[in-house]
Amino acid sequence: MNRYQTLQKKLVPFKKGCFIPFIILGDPSIEMSLKIIDVLIENGADGLELGFPFSDPLSDGKTIQKAHLRAFSSKMNIYLCFEMLQKIRKKYNTIPIGLLLYANLIFKFGINNFYLKCFNVGIDSVLIADLPVEESNDFRKCAIANNISSVFICPHDAKKNVIKKISLYSTGYIYLLSRSGVTGTDKKIIVPSLNLIKNLKKITEKLLIQGFGISNSKQIQKIILSGISGVICGSVIIKLIENHFQNEKKMLKNIKRLSRSLKQSTIIF
Amino acid sequence: MTLLNSYFGSFGGMYVPQILMPALYQLESEFVLSLKNLQFKKKLANLLKNYAGRPTPLTLCRNLTKGTNTRIYLKREDLLHGGAHKTNQVLGQALLAKQMKKKEIIAETGAGQHGVAAALSCALLNLKCRIYMGIKDIERQKQNVFRMKLMGAQVIPVKSGNGTLKDACNEALRDWSENYINAHYMLGTAAGPHPYPTIVKQFQSVIGKETKQQIFEKEHCLPNSVIACVGGGSNAIGIFSSFIEDTSVNLIGVEPGGIGIHTEKHGASLICGETGIFFGMKSKVMQTHEGQIKESWSISAGLDFPAVGPEHAWLDSIKRVTYVSITDSEAVHAFQHLSKLEGIIPALESSHALAYAIKLMNNYPNKNQTLIVNISGRGDKDLKTVEKFLNK
Repeated sequence: MNRYQTLQKKLVPFKKGCFIPFIILGDPSIEMSLKIIDVLIENGADGLELGFPFSDPLSDGKTIQKAHLRAFSSKMNIYLCFEMLQKIRKKYNTIPIGLLLYANLIFKFGINNFYLKCFNVGIDSVLIADLPVEESNDFRKCAIANNISSVFICPHDAKKNVIKKISLYSTGYIYLLSRSGVTGTDKKIIVPSLNLIKNLKKITEKLLIQGFGISNSKQIQKIILSGISGVICGSVIIKLIENHFQNEKKMLKNIKRLSRSLKQSTIIF
Repeated sequence: MTLLNSYFGSFGGMYVPQILMPALYQLESEFVLSLKNLQFKKKLANLLKNYAGRPTPLTLCRNLTKGTNTRIYLKREDLLHGGAHKTNQVLGQALLAKQMKKKEIIAETGAGQHGVAAALSCALLNLKCRIYMGIKDIERQKQNVFRMKLMGAQVIPVKSGNGTLKDACNEALRDWSENYINAHYMLGTAAGPHPYPTIVKQFQSVIGKETKQQIFEKEHCLPNSVIACVGGGSNAIGIFSSFIEDTSVNLIGVEPGGIGIHTEKHGASLICGETGIFFGMKSKVMQTHEGQIKESWSISAGLDFPAVGPEHAWLDSIKRVTYVSITDSEAVHAFQHLSKLEGIIPALESSHALAYAIKLMNNYPNKNQTLIVNISGRGDKDLKTVEKFLNK
């Protein structure tokens, strides 16, 4: 049983949702990034979604774009990302850790080398923002060979054949998109139609986790009530890093408060 | 499944967020239909002839080649309405957008030539138009920004990154991923995700078809070399397209060597880049050893891009096209030379191709050779840049 399945077993019978925060590794520095992860986990995070800094993050809105830049300013690189991951995994053995990054980083590292490295540091899943299922063959093969789950994004307006493919190829969880566009909390999110959720549930038992633009309790409660298993929140946390990274104490205090509140919202029964 | 092959050898593909895949499929299917649709072809041919001003002439240089046995012909895309070859393909894409019932156009531009072309096609066909442009390019291409605005387009400054074409491309893709239902992304070059490289090549192939016919009329034989500048690669693929199977013709793509390809300041992605995944395609990309995309550099805003269209990467891999580089100062020198000797002010982009032709001529002054240079655009937009460069 992989860590996502264990998480599912822990939550589903009790009708609880899960809260997965997303941050960029090394934002604003390696030390602070590790402290932020500690605060998130100690205050309710059920899993982690972590980004590798990339020069051209075209799926990301302004808030996360700036996080990539802050990580670069702290001299972050792919090897330091893996070193950080090793430390995080050593400290938190049971929590699912997924990576969200861009295809060229993996391609340049060597696809198989990358997934092997992920296996060695204890990563559970990899989601590639600019890789649709149609182009995923080489990546999935290496993921399977190295026992890493692949995660694909299911758009809110996906047609039946796409839903089917994504359910088949997404082996960790399925990332449900709140809306079109890029990441960020400045736009209205939508709960995917009950029809889409019904269709997905008919063909898969995997966790359905919604992301993009989720920032408050009201949204989370609505999402969990619709039958979705959990939420990924990125920009709302990263905004706190942006606003307070020069005052570490204040930043961590705010992240603690937010993390508790977001987790609390996933428990509605 | 795509209707057309989405790869050129191992280059190409559709590396975009899943949400954009339906929009790419829709575009491909509309394009395939248009290829078989006589009415579409007639409409486009009519616009190219009566609006854009095709065919453009093939001009023999009178003075530039004096004292040598070289004949240099210039394919005069600078005389096309809008001032550059970009008009050819925007008219095609605008008609496709109309057929797809899209109301808005999203575009990106570097030198502003594609922006101007996008703006004029939208004004003509009554489409709403917004154009992303890096702040550095807005500064160096003020005249073109004014032209775009005059024709009703909204120009959106992009501050991220280096404020050049790469950043404008990212921003245009971000916009499209939100607005794909009502908006068509009018990509400006033969790069990006499938089907764009194929669509742009098809619409730009008119340059090659005309050139081949014109050179036969003038010389009764094929040229020795066809030379074009390569940023994303649309004017080059357009003129090369008719000669690819004529293996006796040397096809030469000229990349921006900037300050020198031994420095960090250039945009020669084929010569110095490595295979990577960027801007929706697998192609040759200037990148760090960790896969971060490097910033490119060129005096010419239209060539200031760290990647290249996938078909060029393939043509390079099979050695059908030779890719070389020309520095900023060599390009400026060619710019001055053509202006002074032939009364034609070429775009700085085209000046790269011209500079290489001059090199070939000077290296072999006695060789009886016919060279064709694609003058992809006119140089009015570059006057300030050149003036500044010369006054340094």
